[in-house]
Amino acid sequence: MKKTGGLQLSRERLNKRVRELKPSGIRRFFELIIGRDDVISLGVGEPDFPVPWRIREEMIYSLEKGITSYTSNYGLLELREAIAEYYRRFEVDVSEENVLITTGVSEGIDLALRAVVNPGDTVIVPEPVYVSYSPLAYLTGAGVVTVSTCPGFKITYEDLVKYKDRNVKVLMLNYPNNPTGVSYTRKELEELADAVLELDCLVISDEIYAELSYSFKHVSIASLNGMEDRTIILNGFSKGFAMTGMRVGYAIAPDDILEGMVKIHQYSMLCAPVTAQVGALEALRNGEDELEMMRAEYIRRRNFFIRRLREMFDVVMPDGAFYAFPDVSSTGLSGMEFAERLLMEKNVAVVPGDAFGECGANHVRCAYAVSMEKLRLAVDRMKEFVESL
Amino acid sequence: MSREIEILKILENNSRISSNEIAEMLNMDVQEVEDIIKKYEDDGVILKYKTLINWEKAGVEEVYAIIDVRVNLSREKGYDDIAKRIAKFPEVHAVRLVSGEYDFQVVVKGKSLKDISFFIAEKISTIPEVRDTNTHFLLRTYKEEGALLFEDEEDRRLAIVP
Repeated sequence: MKKTGGLQLSRERLNKRVRELKPSGIRRFFELIIGRDDVISLGVGEPDFPVPWRIREEMIYSLEKGITSYTSNYGLLELREAIAEYYRRFEVDVSEENVLITTGVSEGIDLALRAVVNPGDTVIVPEPVYVSYSPLAYLTGAGVVTVSTCPGFKITYEDLVKYKDRNVKVLMLNYPNNPTGVSYTRKELEELADAVLELDCLVISDEIYAELSYSFKHVSIASLNGMEDRTIILNGFSKGFAMTGMRVGYAIAPDDILEGMVKIHQYSMLCAPVTAQVGALEALRNGEDELEMMRAEYIRRRNFFIRRLREMFDVVMPDGAFYAFPDVSSTGLSGMEFAERLLMEKNVAVVPGDAFGECGANHVRCAYAVSMEKLRLAVDRMKEFVESL
Repeated sequence: MSREIEILKILENNSRISSNEIAEMLNMDVQEVEDIIKKYEDDGVILKYKTLINWEKAGVEEVYAIIDVRVNLSREKGYDDIAKRIAKFPEVHAVRLVSGEYDFQVVVKGKSLKDISFFIAEKISTIPEVRDTNTHFLLRTYKEEGALLFEDEEDRRLAIVP
């Protein structure tokens, strides 16, 4: 933008919290990768499958029919009904009135936090965790407490009740987890629910990888006794149905919280893109076979990849999603050094673990959302690299 | 999905894959995988290991025709008898009993249109039970055995996404 040469604003231009926000930990790494050819990338947290054709077809057809207008702030009624029906599979008894269609889960996280958190409240974020939780919580004016879950990557009752006198308003959960792939069993979630009741707080439960749960069936924490009224479920179509670029997700929340979220949503996003909503409805109605095919393929890749990684590193078995989070400290390198050298010397990209919180510093995140051929080549190169150290 | 079915699906997609690789993918012993494959081969569940080739791209000309065949049934000759008779010709690629106006759909492979025309006129049409035929020459194949025979979308993902 052209500089006007006018007088400088006498106050700081940027919001204090925005100024203090740290840029994403992988920015420097991202710059290293630009311009390199033939990189095998395990750095992409995105399915390598395109949007299933039947979903694309439905979206194309909707455009041809001229379905291009705004929808209700809440989203298409049929889609909300389908989502309520779908979540009954996870034993969460909700109606469409508790469902809000969002522009991806990313918007959902922001809405949920802004709707419930007051400045001075505490938000607990177990780490390692997806990069946007802490910054978005921080922007609400909250005090963000990050709790390390290394080395097993699961937060426990004991970890949480320590914060009983810290005015905790929200516990952020994400399972199956990005970047570790671990998930929680029903029993483990029941213990967390006990802690939530003791802290008298809410849970924002990001279940975007629910459909990509391999070791056991996904359990929504909202289905547990006493939790339905304390949980904001976030989910979407990006991962299970490979619809990342469509930006369509949803929130399921108790009436009062949902109303609060809708207020913000209607003033900021207004509504999720209608074409994406049409695609999402088709995904729920007829996308089960494609989902099953993709899930089966991820399981095969996981089994292969983890077996090979374990020849080199300590790796916790991922229960779901498409990430492995090996501890590379046996090489004598930090996660960042490992990722940089692996890229420069062997042309394989992985994400340094500290991007997901300090306790991930000795790890790297590898996404196995690439073909078996590429995965095999990547892990072979990784092995050559480790042996060369 | 059972592991047995998984093995079949993997093989259907890539018949050259080694038992070792299948074992790695499914977290099984190599021997266990080999035993299951052997059993399926013996039982006739796995009929053949095939490679799908885009002959047009390889520069080899092949002509295919789909022939609809309507037949007269008699007390002595049922669908199975007629189908088996047609299926035995080496030119015949597939024989299927179908519903609709015609009884069989027969796929024939030949070196030229002339070849196929002669084959239909001399071998199929002359079978006493065959009432009439309707031939469609195949001009171009876009999808075969679930595989697209044209360039599909490229991977447009960024190299790294946190």
